[in-house]
Amino acid sequence: MGTMVDVAVVDYGMGNLRSVEQALRHVAPDAVIVVTDDADTITGAKRVVFPGQGAMPDCMRELDARGLRDAVLMAARSRPFLGICIGLQMLFEHSTEGDVPGLGILHGKVERFASNMRDAQSNKLKVPHMGWNQVHHVQHPLWEGIEQDARFYFVHSYYVQPQDASLVQATSRYPQSFVCAVAKNNLFAVQFHPEKSHTAGLKLLKNFMQWNP
Amino acid sequence: MLAKRIIPCLDVTAGRVVKGVSFVELRDAGDPVEIARRYNEQGADELTFLDITASSDDRGIIFRIIEQVASQVFIPLTVGGGVREVQDVRNLLNAGADKVSINTSAVLNPQLVADAAGRYGSQCIVVAIDAKQTEPARWEVFTHGGRKATGLDAIAWARRMQDMGAGEILLTSMDRDGQKNGFDLALTRAITDALDIPVIASGGVGNLQHLVDGVKKGGADAVLAASIFHFGEYTVQQAKQFMAAQGIEVRL
Repeated sequence: MGTMVDVAVVDYGMGNLRSVEQALRHVAPDAVIVVTDDADTITGAKRVVFPGQGAMPDCMRELDARGLRDAVLMAARSRPFLGICIGLQMLFEHSTEGDVPGLGILHGKVERFASNMRDAQSNKLKVPHMGWNQVHHVQHPLWEGIEQDARFYFVHSYYVQPQDASLVQATSRYPQSFVCAVAKNNLFAVQFHPEKSHTAGLKLLKNFMQWNP
Repeated sequence: MLAKRIIPCLDVTAGRVVKGVSFVELRDAGDPVEIARRYNEQGADELTFLDITASSDDRGIIFRIIEQVASQVFIPLTVGGGVREVQDVRNLLNAGADKVSINTSAVLNPQLVADAAGRYGSQCIVVAIDAKQTEPARWEVFTHGGRKATGLDAIAWARRMQDMGAGEILLTSMDRDGQKNGFDLALTRAITDALDIPVIASGGVGNLQHLVDGVKKGGADAVLAASIFHFGEYTVQQAKQFMAAQGIEVRL
């Protein structure tokens, strides 16, 4: 690798990483951004984005099939690291989706939303939880300039339950409160899709690009 | 809480946005990239593009449009029309679509929905259903842009598509499409109550009260409209303010 990579977006073959790449290019036009499945490129990058779509068992399997587990673990310990959606869920110890272990970087588990939930008008609350929901956040450099309770775009059926409440950086409601962002040292991870969340999402990505934990 | 979504729909053919009445009589509405950008600025929650190109020669056009839109509009984009195999889903996702909508091919080959959802996740697979009322409280599924009857009951079909892995249903009333007299609320209510996945109501919006009714009476999770936005009658922002004033949770 001749060029220093500013951001490596981890590609383990699950879902569409183009949106993440495009949004990062939009907020950091001068940065060297690569979508990669090369372990050395990931461990050599200044920042790492760990997205994910689809089912957690497939994501874990594909990550290992590409030999990327160690590179992701190493990056999550050592540099600005942003998990998105399944990329958040995979950081935990266990998911009820397919009953599989995750990477276990954070203590806690991943659970499915209950079915048969209803809103105040007794309409069904659908799963997946899909659309723009309010994000209630605490203080963290990645929320800088983002309004309290700003809306972000979500699409997911499972949510994380961290053991350590001090990791929680934001919650949302559907209808009960659930954790939608966590952080630990150099690691930050969100359930929603900042790359699809218009102004607030782009601001969060910009904050990530400038974050020096 | 989760907001109800407002989704402008862009029917695209030969590189232009068009709008028809009950699936015929097309009228030009402008350049898709420009229109997408405008709706994004107005606060659209998602955009849906339907490639209604009849000939396969022009299929490449939609990819270039999606690529251009995806590089400047950072909200979810759904693309449908002419999706026949898993490879088509892949190509559209690679072009920048977040979700792919499958209609006729789901009827011809239901396994396609399962295969696509299995490969790319349910979150990106929308099944579009065009339904027409045949008797009280019964609606039949039509395909091929509304030209072919299938004999399938719309409610049973929607349930089956949910079971096959669809993440969302885009429900269009053929009776109402382009008529501007409101959604088929009975159809919308019947489908949304039958399913656990979100339902987008489509077909028939002529004013802002229709959007409110789609949510309140129809129980839709999202409402889709085309002509009221394309021809400048209302902005997306006006629609949202109207809905908010009637107590509907929206993203303003």
